[in-house]
Amino acid sequence: MSPDIVVHGAEWTVKELFVYPNEFIYWSIQIVMYPYMTGLVAGAFVLSSLYHVFGQKDLKEIAQFSLVFSLALLPVAALPLLLHLQQPTRAIEPLLTPHFTSAIAAFGIVFSTYGLIVVSEIWFVYRQYFVQQVEFLKTQPGLGNAMKRQVYRVLTMGAYDVSQPALAIDHRMAKILAAIGIPVACFLHGYAGFIFGSVKANALWMSPLMPVIFIMSAVVSGIALCMLTYIVIMESQAFLKRRRGGALQATEIRGAEKEIISKATRYLLGFLVAAISLEMLDLIFRGYTAMKSWDILRSVMYGKDFINIFVLQYTLGNLVPFLLLLLPGRTLKRTVVALILVLFGVFMMRWNVVIGGQAFSLSFSGYMHYHIPIIPHSIETFKEGLFGALTVAATPFVLFWIINKFVPSLRRDVST
Amino acid sequence: MKNHAWRPLWLAIGLIAAVLTARHFLVPQDFGVHGDSFTYNFYRLGAVQFWEDFPDKYQGRERCAKCHDENAEANATSKHRNIQCENCHGPGTGHPKQVKQLPINSSRELCLRCHEYLAYPSSLRSQLPGIDGDTHKAGKECRKCHDPHHPDLEG
Amino acid sequence: MSCSRRDFLKQSVAGAVAAAAVPAACTVIFLEPGEAEAAVEGKKLRWTFLVDTTKCVGCGFCVDACKTENEIPYDAPVSRTWVERYVVTKDGQTHIDSPNAGRDGYTTGEIRGETIDPADIDKAFFVPKLCNQCDNPPCVQVCPVGATFQTEDGVVLVDRDWCIGCGYCVMACPYGVRFFHPITKTAEKCTFCYHRITEGLQAACVQACPFGARQMGNMEDPDDPVTKIIMTERVQVLKDEYGTKPSVFYLGLDERVR
Repeated sequence: MSPDIVVHGAEWTVKELFVYPNEFIYWSIQIVMYPYMTGLVAGAFVLSSLYHVFGQKDLKEIAQFSLVFSLALLPVAALPLLLHLQQPTRAIEPLLTPHFTSAIAAFGIVFSTYGLIVVSEIWFVYRQYFVQQVEFLKTQPGLGNAMKRQVYRVLTMGAYDVSQPALAIDHRMAKILAAIGIPVACFLHGYAGFIFGSVKANALWMSPLMPVIFIMSAVVSGIALCMLTYIVIMESQAFLKRRRGGALQATEIRGAEKEIISKATRYLLGFLVAAISLEMLDLIFRGYTAMKSWDILRSVMYGKDFINIFVLQYTLGNLVPFLLLLLPGRTLKRTVVALILVLFGVFMMRWNVVIGGQAFSLSFSGYMHYHIPIIPHSIETFKEGLFGALTVAATPFVLFWIINKFVPSLRRDVST
Repeated sequence: MKNHAWRPLWLAIGLIAAVLTARHFLVPQDFGVHGDSFTYNFYRLGAVQFWEDFPDKYQGRERCAKCHDENAEANATSKHRNIQCENCHGPGTGHPKQVKQLPINSSRELCLRCHEYLAYPSSLRSQLPGIDGDTHKAGKECRKCHDPHHPDLEG
Repeated sequence: MSCSRRDFLKQSVAGAVAAAAVPAACTVIFLEPGEAEAAVEGKKLRWTFLVDTTKCVGCGFCVDACKTENEIPYDAPVSRTWVERYVVTKDGQTHIDSPNAGRDGYTTGEIRGETIDPADIDKAFFVPKLCNQCDNPPCVQVCPVGATFQTEDGVVLVDRDWCIGCGYCVMACPYGVRFFHPITKTAEKCTFCYHRITEGLQAACVQACPFGARQMGNMEDPDDPVTKIIMTERVQVLKDEYGTKPSVFYLGLDERVR
């Protein structure tokens, strides 16, 4: 075979027994990353909305952070799809000729709508700050400050009114948008579940529970990531304060942080229970009804993927962190370990759905094994390999760092 | 109404307008529902033309017979009469103008596609005259003894 | 063999445009009576395919011809059509394989390196597969951009200039007939040789089959010989539990065929 002919999927697929000739693992690591990142976006937004809509005052601190963080995560939900497309230059087409009978067709529209809601909400929350900055930077010398002021001028969109009635409007609009945002966030992610759940050809994916399972695990992972990032940032701030001799301020930061984390933990546990219950229901139903596909599904779940599903996902990713968070005498360190495990568990769930769904042939007579490309030797093996996935995973933090320079989500004195 | 609350909405309207404008210029004119169903008949008409215009390669034995009447006649009464000339001689596109000589596949592997004996009950395969390719005159081209155009001569 | 064939393919592509003009004028004679009528008067046409598995000997000429005719890289492990071998042994096991999609035929009794004693075989047979050109094609339903569709005469095609390569159609097909073309990087599938059947020629696989295991006809024409077989004999379709309503019918299908 001449070297320039690359069959998509052949690079990382190993076949066992009888598999149709054209079957390969076509949806690989980037399609694992896509629902994972989308889930983080949705989860982060839901966490922020708990404060904005339901007035969960105890979540105020983390709510602002997670709102801005969900903006940083947003472009990254689309990135895996772009990296996965065989024709990335045609990525705009779902907006040009949307074929709405396809679950993917709505992506561009739902995604843009959701993006607009997040951006608008942030605008209403931080408009007062933008105006203040424009005023403040007027008095500051230097070219850098002048440029920064121009950025803030654009960000105000010409709305400089910071009177009490105007701020009241901001407040109300933020609340309304957060309320609209919750169903849209759930829809955005639920339909990521629908993309898989509606594929009747795939015995593992096809399930009406799939969208709901995806939403629940999305909220779990979103809350966990927000909590984890929040802890890391607050700890480093406290650490810096202490080094500068502000021991009192450091204790203050840590005290506030602890309280927020214990509140958020309660929500995390609730959603975790819901997610696991639904997954168990799905599994029990498949075993009990034992349709034609059950033989091969069972051999994959209890055999080939046993470690991935029952050890890594359910035990290490769900049960262990559940106990770590629930048992009394919880420390910050234990929380961090539990959060990392929760994130890992949700990632494994995505993996087991996407890769696991392609682990067996459509003929039910053979298996396919996925060998993730580690060292890339072509664009394809980079994009759909370990480094492509790491790029996707790292991008939201870089984006957050940039966005946070203009929208200080971690400063407690800035808010509406 | 002088209310800043609507400003993000302008942004949204601007974006929608941009997409609609882009649609106008980027979507081919012949894109639409060509048939009864949006589910199955939503496409670019030019795509059908593309596949209709796809070049043929195999010409069929009738065309071969126009010039190679000798071989065609010999073959017409033999057990191999249902085998297309191009199965062994390769697709006749461009022949004879651009491609003077078609490459003939006279390998053992070609004959063994049918004549390697496989003891498959309930399959027509086991009823074809078959040999064990590993032992029957191994390495020799079949046509040295058997005439592919009229193989039943020797029997 | 494959080397000379590939060289030949290059040459033939160059000469193809000129050659394509030739058959247009002289192909009406190859039409079945019903098809000719339909083609001329624009009458109703619904392509259908009949696979007689009892006639297949596993020579693989169909796969070979398909790859050349449709410019699918000859040595790439993907194919628009393929032939499967089923060997059922006395212990009740089913041994299935399709090496190289059956392109080179079946010239050995070994299956994945395992020798099977002919005395242990209860039944064995070959099953050609291709796109079922479903009446309810799930692959078309899930295309987000309208880059795959069903033509008026019932063939599902891919728009190579509009396909974004998301792979959703590949995942949605229960028969595994779709793949990514290694060169165009777009979704690829059997077209029933649309360029040939619309000219009155036979599909490449149908023409290449020496045993008549593959035939095509017009479902809208009750006098069509293939339609007559489908309407009067006991035929089956593959995986009808998916509700796809295939246009490819099988004679002599076994319960073990996947």
